[in-house]
Amino acid sequence: MFKYLNNMLSYEDTVKDFSWSLVEKELGYKEGDNINIGEYCSDRICKNGFAQKKALIWQDHHGNVKEYTFDDIRKLSNAIALYLKNLAVVPGDRVCLFMDKVPELYIGFLGILKLGAIAQPLYSAFGPESLFTRLEDAGTKVIITQKKHLPKVRTILKDMDFMEQIIVVDEHNPENLREREFMFDLDNCKPVDEFEIYPSKAYTPSVLHYTSGTTGKPKGAQHVHYSVISQYITAKYGLDLKEDDIYWCTADPGWVTGTSYGIIGPWANGTTQCVTDSGFTADNWYSFIEKQKISVWYSAPTAIRALMKEGEEVVKKHDLSSLRYLASIGEPLNAEAVIWSDKVFGMPFHDTFWQTETGSMVVSNFPCMKVKPGSMGRPFPGMEVTVVDLKTHLPLNQKGVVGIIAVKPGWPAMFRGYWKNLENYNKKFVNGWYLCGDRASIDEDGYYWFVGRDDDVINTAGHLVGPFEIESALLEHPAVAESAAIGKPDAINMEVVKAFIALKPGIEQNKMLELEIMNFIRKKLSPLAMPQEIEFVDSLPKTRSGKIMRRVLRAKEWGEEIGDISTLENDM
Amino acid sequence: MENVKDVVLAYVKKEYLEEGDDRQVGYDTQLISGGIVDSFSMVSLKMFLETKYSIQIPDAKATPEAFDSVNNIAKMLIEFGIN
Repeated sequence: MFKYLNNMLSYEDTVKDFSWSLVEKELGYKEGDNINIGEYCSDRICKNGFAQKKALIWQDHHGNVKEYTFDDIRKLSNAIALYLKNLAVVPGDRVCLFMDKVPELYIGFLGILKLGAIAQPLYSAFGPESLFTRLEDAGTKVIITQKKHLPKVRTILKDMDFMEQIIVVDEHNPENLREREFMFDLDNCKPVDEFEIYPSKAYTPSVLHYTSGTTGKPKGAQHVHYSVISQYITAKYGLDLKEDDIYWCTADPGWVTGTSYGIIGPWANGTTQCVTDSGFTADNWYSFIEKQKISVWYSAPTAIRALMKEGEEVVKKHDLSSLRYLASIGEPLNAEAVIWSDKVFGMPFHDTFWQTETGSMVVSNFPCMKVKPGSMGRPFPGMEVTVVDLKTHLPLNQKGVVGIIAVKPGWPAMFRGYWKNLENYNKKFVNGWYLCGDRASIDEDGYYWFVGRDDDVINTAGHLVGPFEIESALLEHPAVAESAAIGKPDAINMEVVKAFIALKPGIEQNKMLELEIMNFIRKKLSPLAMPQEIEFVDSLPKTRSGKIMRRVLRAKEWGEEIGDISTLENDM
Repeated sequence: MENVKDVVLAYVKKEYLEEGDDRQVGYDTQLISGGIVDSFSMVSLKMFLETKYSIQIPDAKATPEAFDSVNNIAKMLIEFGIN
């Protein structure tokens, strides 16, 4: 059988020889040059002779397919940029993409960047409150959405004076539109051959991705156009993308994986990528791989474990021989899943680790390296990564000791701020290291092993959900007196939300109330934030100052040591 | 007596479509594949069925395929003596 040569032939040699300036040179960039992600992902690829190569193959859940070449996405992203310009959108304006995985999202992303505006993709399953929080914080000027999501936007529009235009991509009847609403039809718009791309520089803001923390509202991690340097090379080495590959990233661009490796990384490499808007069923996914002859597949541990649950019989129904490289991102990939994929697909999933703030891979299993099932892999060349002591935040020099993963600032895709939140941004850097907030240890071969989060943030299906946001929303339910939200272990999603709720006097707990509260959060925030279990309690453990001690609830849930409870006010 | 399919369909429309969402949803509409109900929301749909019909649906039976349409759900409920 023909064996592909990996893009990275030797990890050690690559680490030794690597420099970011070599990557810049490979992309034809010099310090001080203009650099625009939209241009790098479309015009540059066309100029390199791949104008007629397929850039995007999109399939809906009925099996209908649309295909776009790199020249198509170049001209159509120009068209979107021009359309926005004519609506008086100017460089620096925030333009939200609030859509399912449809072509308008992917091509619109490039169009926004070509204009010099800031793309703010948001997960389309967000409820009105989650949506509003993020739009208000960013002061978003325009939102691009679909008819099905328009009701959620309309619900909060009265409180959004800053929002000037709502663009609906699948509405064809102007009579259905209200004030501030416009139509844009990608299928029938006039492609624009020439558009004056905004002369962005390395540190010009590009993308704003919201991420949750333990306290306070979600924070907007602000990225810059220079990130494409990281995203290009990490996609090339970490996903091993090659010229003939057909690539599928299952992530939604509402989250950072869906933009860094669902748009920028593959298209900066000139790779053909496939997208489906179909929801998850094992048969659907395997059919998609078979039909589109996917060769490189980047998915999430939650999806992989869900596929494991469906068994091997459904795999055997499909010809998956096109697959040649598998990688995973989200939460840590357990050893069983790696071993299972090796058995079932004939190759392991390669776990990768990074986060919204890092913008690109930090630690990864590379194709030229032996995979240790359950390990996150080794640091990406050119990145100085370590684990630091939990208290002193100084690098640990002992193998096998758990600390917080930390990265020396300076890699191109690093976030450059939290939107309007310098204080929280500065807190992420200690002793000259960016602290990821994830705990891990390093073994004798330099492989990283994930242990858990260093805070109360819930990692469910690879997405971070802030307990504070859930607790605040729970308090808006008329039956809830007080609440606490934690992550509880889950075989598929790693963690799911569990809420502890004390009801108001006179309200009786029952299953229908539990379901009502679950749906209340699902609709208000998102399905990810919905508690999958509610435990009704008389009271919650609190400090003497009245702060709820989530760690006590979490320790009990996970069967861990509770630790110091000297500040606990009440009996549990 | 309430028709099971109508009960489930009414619940899906009420809980999983936004007010003003004019998509047509029928017995055969793909709920999971079509993105109307995602894997997280499926938990609440399962809980509704369990509470409404006083049954326990084992995890092994609560697959995306089994929940992918009102017809599929009704078929699954027959196994629990609900029809």
